[in-house]
Amino acid sequence: MTLLEFARGPALQASALIMIAGIAWRLAGILLLRRRPRYAASRHSAAGRMGRGAFLILSRLIPRPTFRPRIAVGVMLSAVFHLGLAVVVFGGAPHILLIHQATGLTWPNLPKGLVVIASGLTLAAMIALMARRLTHPVLRLLSTADDHVSWLLVFLPVLTGILLSGETIGDYGSLLTLHILSVEALMIWLPFGKLMHTVLVFAGRWTMGVNFARKGAAT
Amino acid sequence: MTPPDPTTETLGAALARHGIGRRGLLRFAMAMAASLALPPWVAPVMAANLAKAKRCPVIWLSFQNCTGCLETLLQSSRPTIDSILFDFISLDYQETLMAAAGSAAEATLRDAVAANKGGYLLAIDGSIPTRDGGVYAMTGGRSNRSMLETLAADAKAVLAIGTCAAYGGIPKAYPNPTGAVGVEDLVSGTPVVNIPGCPPVPDVLSGVLVHFISFGRLPALDDRGRPLAWFGTTIHDRCYRRAFYDQGKFAQSFDDEGARQGWCLFELGCKGPITHNACASLKWNGGTSFPIESGHGCLGCSEPEFWDAGSFYTSLSGGSPTGWRNAGIAAAVGLAGGAAAALSARRRTDTDGEEMPP
Repeated sequence: MTLLEFARGPALQASALIMIAGIAWRLAGILLLRRRPRYAASRHSAAGRMGRGAFLILSRLIPRPTFRPRIAVGVMLSAVFHLGLAVVVFGGAPHILLIHQATGLTWPNLPKGLVVIASGLTLAAMIALMARRLTHPVLRLLSTADDHVSWLLVFLPVLTGILLSGETIGDYGSLLTLHILSVEALMIWLPFGKLMHTVLVFAGRWTMGVNFARKGAAT
Repeated sequence: MTPPDPTTETLGAALARHGIGRRGLLRFAMAMAASLALPPWVAPVMAANLAKAKRCPVIWLSFQNCTGCLETLLQSSRPTIDSILFDFISLDYQETLMAAAGSAAEATLRDAVAANKGGYLLAIDGSIPTRDGGVYAMTGGRSNRSMLETLAADAKAVLAIGTCAAYGGIPKAYPNPTGAVGVEDLVSGTPVVNIPGCPPVPDVLSGVLVHFISFGRLPALDDRGRPLAWFGTTIHDRCYRRAFYDQGKFAQSFDDEGARQGWCLFELGCKGPITHNACASLKWNGGTSFPIESGHGCLGCSEPEFWDAGSFYTSLSGGSPTGWRNAGIAAAVGLAGGAAAALSARRRTDTDGEEMPP
């Protein structure tokens, strides 16, 4: 068995199962958290709370005017990174093919050139975000090993993906193997670090919006 | 008319007998130099050397093989200088082609080796079984392994023709009952040129022979012992459908609109991106086409382990999905584990009187 066969076969299956089990573990833990009893009446109806929760998902995407000058660069870089990554993951033909093989879902892919441009922007934004994290005194203080490991495990698939699309450094087979293995490392890490926000981000914000609405706080 | 003496006749004289003059040989040398990625000024030197060249002794042994490699070379559709060149090499021993059999054939082999010791090319097609002392392929009471090791020691170079000879090929496929290996696994001390393919492109063999006859040495090889001129790039690099790959236009089945439009066959399992061979540039059947041009993806037949490298119809980026059942089991295990951990934490909270989360 070649390393590519290992990456496409047992390693892919094992990493997918670890990711699924890990996400289920985390979700069970969150859903079974003991919650405080609520004695006060809600300030909004059930439908109102749902709406406020949905609104908070959108409102938190845009920085508050008060903080905008300080965080605009970070938010912009983060937006470029996240949107670029979404284009790469959901627009690249090989990625759609893999998702189709795993789930049966499929959709039209984007031209390779667009995906490569999105990959380049993603990579550049990631480097800038890491540079900012390492140079900003507060961010540096707040950063943990989880932040750095999570960054690295996202960075490597994007980097190997760009190299693979260019096929300039190394042959296609080796680069494809590295790319798949790096994605598998990401899949294994995803449920256990801050990357779990890919699953929780919208549910978390929605829950926060619902709680705010119940208490009458602004969303 | 007295037949020419094969031991003294030059290639130039042999070509002249076939009505091919200096100009024709020069054209051939130009094409071959281009094919070998050599500079244009090499062509006249090559033509002059070829014209003066004497017969090149070749001993060809067929081991664990289907004879497809030899058939391909013999059925080469172009009766040009290439084929005359094959006539010109002194194929001193080839069991499939020679008239002699039994002890007469064995005597021919012994004589050919004795007469050309240290100067012959040893061509091998087929893999070499090594399990149980190599008893799974014997010729004249000797194992193929023993023959190879003995004859390779006295050869100027060994040409491993076809994927079986180069890497073990289909006989080496799981579970490899005969312990098949390629030539490079058994030969040391003598240069080995791998010309993989199932079958190999005939023009590559003629190119290697022309280079050897012209310059007295082998062409530049890559890290897998393959001639760089033909195996330096992948099928994907030279594929005429590459533009569709870059545009993200892929055929989804062999009879959909994409397939009819000639779009890229990557999603149908084409192994072109990882396959080093000259099919896309030299093509087959006298330059008519190659598998992708005929509407089927590349199988990757010139790569090591190609038979065990998964389905021909699974794309390179595609893997082996875990399946819904396994995914469900993993989710159930995760939920159970997470629930147990959460309930245990709740019990600890109750016991220790810790603060509850908001």
